[in-house]
Amino acid sequence: MNRHTTTLARAGAAAVAGAVLLAGCSDAGDDGTSDGAADAASCEPSDGPVELTYTGWVPGMEDAVALWNEANPDIQVTYNTGPSGNAGTYQDFFNQLEAGQAPDLGQIEFDTLPNFRVQDGLVNIADCAGVMESGEQFVDWTWQQVTFGEEGSVYAIPQDTGPMAMFYRADLFEEAGIDVPTTWDEYADAAAAIRDEGAHITHFPRTDVNWFAGLVWQAEGRWFENDGDQWTVDLTGPQSTQVADYWQGLIDDGLVKDTAGFSDEWNNELNTGELWTWVSAVWGANSISSGAPDTAGDWAVAPMPQWDAGANAAGNWGGSSVAVLKGSDHPYEAAQFAVWLNTSEESLTALNEGGGLYPATTAGLELPALKEGLEFYGDQPIYDVFAEAAAATDPSFTWGPTMAQTYNDVADGFGGALSGSGTLLDALQSGQDATIATLKSQSIPVAE
Amino acid sequence: MSILTRTDGYGPTTARESRGVRERPMSRLVAFVIMGAFTLYFLVPIWWLAVASTKSRGQFTSSAGLWFADFHLWDNLTFLFTYGGGVYLRWLGNAVIYAGVGALLGTLLASMCGYALAKYLFRGRDLLFNIILGGVLVPVTALALPLFLIFSAVDMTNTYWSVFLPSLVSPFGVYLARIYAAASVPDELLEAARLDGSGEVRTFFTVSVRLMAPALVTIFLFQFVTIWNNFFLPLVMLSDDRLYPVTLGLYAWNSQTNAVPELRTAVIVGAFVAIVPLILAFLGLQRFWRGGLAAGGVKA
Repeated sequence: MNRHTTTLARAGAAAVAGAVLLAGCSDAGDDGTSDGAADAASCEPSDGPVELTYTGWVPGMEDAVALWNEANPDIQVTYNTGPSGNAGTYQDFFNQLEAGQAPDLGQIEFDTLPNFRVQDGLVNIADCAGVMESGEQFVDWTWQQVTFGEEGSVYAIPQDTGPMAMFYRADLFEEAGIDVPTTWDEYADAAAAIRDEGAHITHFPRTDVNWFAGLVWQAEGRWFENDGDQWTVDLTGPQSTQVADYWQGLIDDGLVKDTAGFSDEWNNELNTGELWTWVSAVWGANSISSGAPDTAGDWAVAPMPQWDAGANAAGNWGGSSVAVLKGSDHPYEAAQFAVWLNTSEESLTALNEGGGLYPATTAGLELPALKEGLEFYGDQPIYDVFAEAAAATDPSFTWGPTMAQTYNDVADGFGGALSGSGTLLDALQSGQDATIATLKSQSIPVAE
Repeated sequence: MSILTRTDGYGPTTARESRGVRERPMSRLVAFVIMGAFTLYFLVPIWWLAVASTKSRGQFTSSAGLWFADFHLWDNLTFLFTYGGGVYLRWLGNAVIYAGVGALLGTLLASMCGYALAKYLFRGRDLLFNIILGGVLVPVTALALPLFLIFSAVDMTNTYWSVFLPSLVSPFGVYLARIYAAASVPDELLEAARLDGSGEVRTFFTVSVRLMAPALVTIFLFQFVTIWNNFFLPLVMLSDDRLYPVTLGLYAWNSQTNAVPELRTAVIVGAFVAIVPLILAFLGLQRFWRGGLAAGGVKA
């Protein structure tokens, strides 16, 4: 079911993207960059009461917004829930930007921010009071994502993150007398040992390319660079190659399943002890506990396996920001709200309770709720592991401006590699070629 | 589509005719097997949905797909109707408004238009008809974005109207109404009505509509299903989730299941509940529509 929906969404998204680009050509002139510059230069409060609209897809966001509305009678925020970003909301944003009808604030995942930046859909809120100052409250790498490393620029406020660690079946590892792996070499050894037990260590998800990107991120690989003039696309650098070769080896030896992530089959395999580990993001804790309820108490969390023994590098999978979208009449108020939403303890607590958000601020990682032991994980305070991972995430990983397309093309190749035609590295290579071609076709400057 | 297929093999008359021809048992068997296979093909997913709706979250993945585990339907329904402040019920209501009222008014417009094209001679009639016929070939999905830009020019996106108004238009309905009006409304009858002093509008509603009834029901059903299934238009138009029709709402939930796995249950039960109005519409209207066909048969 999941796969069908994604295909449908992709087809739809592609169709709309094409149409919007066409439409964009016709009146790029009058909707130009001049008012963008004005927005950035002057970020003054509006006179009188202000109404803001905010679109996202975080469950429980209503509660946090209600807290704000109560405390700020002059800045009232209306929150709308949409489908998750790639399932339709991003395309809606692009359409609405085109028509000048975008909401004041929108939820945008980190990997899609460059797309909106390139399409000139974001307001630079660096000059809005309190925005620059809020920067130091956030986990390093997230601030890097919203500033694009540019001086004097802030295009969004980080909201949540997905630091990665390894979920594993503590009970099964212990019964089988297999050591919990701390390096990727040990992980491969454990994979072989687990295979001998008649199970698999994990699955290789063909469509979760951003998961794979998280592994490359951990290895300090870079898929994209932007020097201000042009983009460099490098999906096949040494680190990416290392990660791809490693997983290709596991696939070739039949040590990993090819189940699609988040599918019913996958849930069932987690639930029945067919899969022993999942290297995943912090929000994966909820996926396991709801998908594999029979295994309550059997799971534990350890840091990601390392490439160098004794290191503590981590990757990241997922996370979003809140951006002020072009055309907003009240960037100042919108920025105030976005900063409050993502830094104040009351808001972060509400978002963590209602939507399971893992905050992007360093203070947020200390929320009482994130210090408790979880029954499902044998009373382990698992969030401590993720807090360390968040701090150990390389800040310089950059997303490209057409990630939906890149994900699609790489996923196609991954599917082939899993069924024996081509390798993961081939998939990355063809994804890179397709990405460069797409950038060119959209007149985005790209180095060859 | 299924409606068309069924019109092809409309029950009573074929049965009556075939009694004369006396079909061979072999061909009857083959027909039964094929129809049985199709029935199974269409009903198994619904059966799966019905069964899955009664399961708790854990049993959903761990128990056999096509048979019941513990019965949790009521819990699931409670969850469905209370999640997000009971927004599901609103979605259902919206869908009924968009599809029900939209199809009703759409049918009226299409039938009047088709009737006029069939029964009145005026300049440019064929040109007009051909243009409308061309509209049949344009997929509704392709129109969503231009419609969005038009509606945003008049500041009407994210309103009931932005989904409702485009739903009123049905080129295929006009086509069907014209064909049927030409075949089933005799000019002599209209002539008689005119001689008796009936105005054109009155004639249409009192005489022609009755003769066209089977076509109207078909148009209504088609339009109802088209609007109900038109997912892209609301996706593009609406950002306030309280205006969503049920299809879009379930889609939005489904897209959030990675973050909120509990929603899986709501999506499945919600899908099951959402097909109930469709089934009711079909079963309810089928009666009229068969009656209409039979009446046509007797007249012929």
